[in-house]
Amino acid sequence: MSATMNAPISGSSTAPALFDLDWRRIGTWGGLCALALILVSLIGMPVGLDRRMIIEGRLSLGYLALLWIPLLFGYVVSKRVVLEGVETPDPGARDVLAGFCTGVLSGLGPVLLILGIDNFNLREPLVNWGPPLLEQLTFGRGTGFGIVAWFGIGAVLGLLGSALHVLPKDVRRVISFVIYGLLSISVLEAVISDLSEGFGLESLTDDMYARRGGLTVKSSIILAVVIGVLPILTKGRLKGATNHYKELQGEERKRASMMLFSGVAGLCIVLPLFLGKIVNELLANVGLFLLLALGLNIVVGLAGILDLGYVAFFAVGGYTTSVLTSAESPFFAPELHFGFALIIVIIMAGLTGLVIGAPVIRMRGDYLAIVTLGFGEIIRLLFMSDWLKPYFGGAQGITNVPPVDLGFAVVTGIDPRSVFYLVLVFCTLAIYVSWRLQGSRLGRAWMAIREDEQVAEAMGINTVNAKLMAFVVGAMMAALSGAVLAAKVGSVFPNSFMILVSIIILVVVIVGGMGNIAGVLVGSFVLIGVLGGPRQPGLLQEFQSYKLLIYGALLVFMMLQRPEGLVPSARRSQELHQEEFLQDAWLKGEDHDTEEAAAAAAAGGSEGTGEQA
Amino acid sequence: MSHLLEIRDLKVTFGGLDALSGLNFHVDEGEIVSVIGPNGAGKTTFFNAISGLVEATEGDILFEDESVLGLEPHQVTGLGIARTFQNVRLFPNMTILENVMVSQHCRTRQLVFGALMQTRAFKREEREIRERAEAALGFFGSRLVGYRLEQAAFMLSYANRRRLEIARAMATQPRLILLDEPVAGMNPMETAELTGLIGRLRSEWGFTIVMIEHDMRVVRDVSDRVVVLDHGVPIAHGSYDEVSSNPEVIEAYLGRPLESRA
Repeated sequence: MSATMNAPISGSSTAPALFDLDWRRIGTWGGLCALALILVSLIGMPVGLDRRMIIEGRLSLGYLALLWIPLLFGYVVSKRVVLEGVETPDPGARDVLAGFCTGVLSGLGPVLLILGIDNFNLREPLVNWGPPLLEQLTFGRGTGFGIVAWFGIGAVLGLLGSALHVLPKDVRRVISFVIYGLLSISVLEAVISDLSEGFGLESLTDDMYARRGGLTVKSSIILAVVIGVLPILTKGRLKGATNHYKELQGEERKRASMMLFSGVAGLCIVLPLFLGKIVNELLANVGLFLLLALGLNIVVGLAGILDLGYVAFFAVGGYTTSVLTSAESPFFAPELHFGFALIIVIIMAGLTGLVIGAPVIRMRGDYLAIVTLGFGEIIRLLFMSDWLKPYFGGAQGITNVPPVDLGFAVVTGIDPRSVFYLVLVFCTLAIYVSWRLQGSRLGRAWMAIREDEQVAEAMGINTVNAKLMAFVVGAMMAALSGAVLAAKVGSVFPNSFMILVSIIILVVVIVGGMGNIAGVLVGSFVLIGVLGGPRQPGLLQEFQSYKLLIYGALLVFMMLQRPEGLVPSARRSQELHQEEFLQDAWLKGEDHDTEEAAAAAAAGGSEGTGEQA
Repeated sequence: MSHLLEIRDLKVTFGGLDALSGLNFHVDEGEIVSVIGPNGAGKTTFFNAISGLVEATEGDILFEDESVLGLEPHQVTGLGIARTFQNVRLFPNMTILENVMVSQHCRTRQLVFGALMQTRAFKREEREIRERAEAALGFFGSRLVGYRLEQAAFMLSYANRRRLEIARAMATQPRLILLDEPVAGMNPMETAELTGLIGRLRSEWGFTIVMIEHDMRVVRDVSDRVVVLDHGVPIAHGSYDEVSSNPEVIEAYLGRPLESRA
């Protein structure tokens, strides 16, 4: 109501002239955008990613790596911060103009780069400074064309980015559906063609994807139309369904949850049968890292212990399995069956958790993080050392770890599908354990420790024991993952257990959503599945060399813009936006006053008893 | 005769500064005792020493004739001493119900196995924890129960946070509750209500209470005895009327009259 009343007033009285723009802001963002374009060009993304096509002959991943930047900056520069109590004019032509100017300014980046490469030779420090980049930036049509083109491209993209604010909500929804849809269909090319092959529908995907990869122009237009219609058809349905689910009570809720669960479980079991080797391999990797992330989620997300040496338990699991099952274990080779070995692996993981945890757990915050970081490296260096070489094979590791013989099936790295099923079992187990513990006495104690350790202690919680429990449970999950890794790869080397693994799992947990099982699931699929793990390629294999850069950028972005993660737990998002929540509660007029008055009236009587007592 | 809580020659030193010294004092079962004194008198240090957050330098603290010195805070809570904090320290991102459930930790047993197998013992214990939590919250009327149970604690108003903290202490099933400025920051109506509730904590729940408080009306209304601390030293001890007319106490609070200073 107030918004509609305010709009015409602000429009008439304070409407600024069209060219009265915040030039400083435009200059800053435009300059930043130009710098970003230069940076991305110079680290070699456009050239390196050019071979992966998004739309055949039109758009490659290399160009996409450049083009999204002006679009985003155009969007950002015209974004308004809506403050409570301050009139914000509706977005209009001014904002679009701002986006346009930012875009033009950002064109300066590639243009300077083109001129630079054309006239100077800086190849010595800058590896990518050279003809291939120039060729790419000028679209292969000469310097003059490139210069004009980049100003034009920048202007158009900046304009489009800022126009997103002006467009009505429904149109915006359609556009974002089309863009995300086309991108994901293109990125998921391997999965989709694999699936269609499994179902015997090759003809469909053969038409859809060009031979050299990427969507064909025709199919991308058809898909765009189809995807564009979707949000119009489904408008509000999805939200309605989730709300309906949330409102269900008791038995009905239980039945709905069971149906949802069996649906997901069925999909997990059936889908891999139709998938090829590469995608199954990918899923198995996602599962391995999911298992790790679930464990770390208990340690970091629930108990609030920032453990940066988590990889140590992964290593212990891998090495224990190898020593116990491999015939080539240098010192002690009982060649146990995987199943028996697993029991010992879990016990070993628990013990290592206790041994590492006991000294570490008494520290707090940053100190704890640094000490665990050290322990993570110590474990790897021990396995690597000459001193323990007679037992663990030093840098050569332990090879010839046998596949898992389950009697009815053999789980081996050559058949990634079998590995996936094994990992699926462990992941299900880990999810169940996390879920049950969260709602138990121990889970509550962990949360209390995360909130305020001293008070938790004063409220009767033995914090040392509770934290050790978190460490041990997390360690066991990591060790299970390590055991499967050893059986899958058939060998273990110290270098599979670099500190990087700890960091990547931590990023998975943070980006997904700390303290939330669904968040960890999404995080693993998005990061490990699409970008890839520390050594495992993901769907976008071309990103292999830029993976760490992207992980880092993503972490920074998430911490700044969405610290609660992709799938926040309700509680965590409340925590991070406390002020807004409090304000909302206040605006809703939570009836404090009436309550207090009633209480005071009651107190009048009880005061007397207090005096007598 | 033995006392519930007995303090013998307690001394707490922080690097050469005597925060508390020569404190002799006892509390009997069913008493409400107030500890008062100007800022920095060592009142909170006294509480911290009892609950194990601060180490005593000399002397002894006996709870039911057993020394609690050297025990971890959670062990002290396990013996039956609960406390609240001067600057309200809840678990802000846990729900109100969870705040009160978690403080029953030392009275419950179930660990990983029960939670994973959902054993009957586990379910029964969870139910009991919840019932006790709701009983403690219900003590404060309707304002902490109902839809509030599932709200995060930080969403509460200031007075309600104080109430929740008391409920959390009650749920540890203590015999002695240490209340650190329970009505600080409350308006007169809320103060009056809580004063009544402190009385009921003893009469209905059977708790013995030691309370630090600056609001003299509250002290007058509920306490059986009053101890006055100044600069870490007990300067007076007795009923409210005795203490409030004691010249030393008046001096500690108001300073010396001008003429006598010369």
